[in-house]
Amino acid sequence: MTSIHKSYHVAKNDFIHAGEASIHVKNLLKSMNYNQDLVRRVAICGYEAEMNLVMHGGDGELSVDVNSERVILEVADRGPGILDIELAMQEGYSTAKEEYREMGFGAGMGLPNMKKNSDALKITSEPGQGTHVSMTFYNKG
Amino acid sequence: MKVKELVEKFGLKVAAGQTGLDKEIKGGYCGDLLSEVMGNAGVGCVWLTVQAHQNIVAVAVLREMAAIVITGGSTPAPETVDKANAEGIPVLTYPGSSFELSGRIYAEL
Ligand SMILES: Nc1ncnc2c1ncn2[C@@H]1O[C@H](COP(=O)(O)OP(=O)(O)OP(=O)(O)O)[C@@H](O)[C@H]1O
Ligand SMILES: [Mg+2]
Repeated sequence: MTSIHKSYHVAKNDFIHAGEASIHVKNLLKSMNYNQDLVRRVAICGYEAEMNLVMHGGDGELSVDVNSERVILEVADRGPGILDIELAMQEGYSTAKEEYREMGFGAGMGLPNMKKNSDALKITSEPGQGTHVSMTFYNKG
Repeated sequence: MKVKELVEKFGLKVAAGQTGLDKEIKGGYCGDLLSEVMGNAGVGCVWLTVQAHQNIVAVAVLREMAAIVITGGSTPAPETVDKANAEGIPVLTYPGSSFELSGRIYAEL
């Protein structure tokens, strides 16, 4: 399998298109006949990271790098950043605004879902500069 | 059970996603918190929710659901209908509660 790299622009507060980049990635992996369980895990993680960019972050990119051994999914935004990553990782922690909670966001389960469904999760953030989330998924055949 | 059989059996209204009515239902899930649903719903499920906005479609597509049922008498937003039609995800509506409908579906699956 040759290695493939794709990148999608994702815009802050764009709830109309939110999720589309993750759907593209899912379809790409499916078309490559990638392991079904891995495709499902990437779909969950892509959705959560993409929604976090849209809701909490700023304009940025969702990109995917695929080869036969692993998938690396990265979501980077130029938003406010995360002050306390350890706190943000806790299940139930959310700073979502009331209007978003009414839409069913803000359970504080996005980051825990990403942790649970990826083989490696790395978050780096510079307050005032943005957030970079990188997740790796190993192809176990 | 196929989605179209579910529609007939429980008197659901098809609001969008006609092309997906032949999908096979493998289970069910109830929830209104999207990330909770994303993390816990099973592949191939029918999802009962009161949420009717466009973002429910991405959840259903990415989780490979069979169909969405919007309960409680709400109707899907126009954007929800457009997206569901484009993705072939059936969006059904039911006037009663998630509790009531899930009880009825549970007994049949
Ligand atoms: N890209 C980001 N930029 C800034 N803050 C973020 C970003 N991603 C997450 N956060 C912060 O981390 C918190 C926890 O994120 P998490 O995804 O777990 O929950 P949530 O998005 O609030 O709710 P849910 O994902 O359940 O709808 C957020 O409420 C927000 O404060
Ligand atoms: Mg989130």
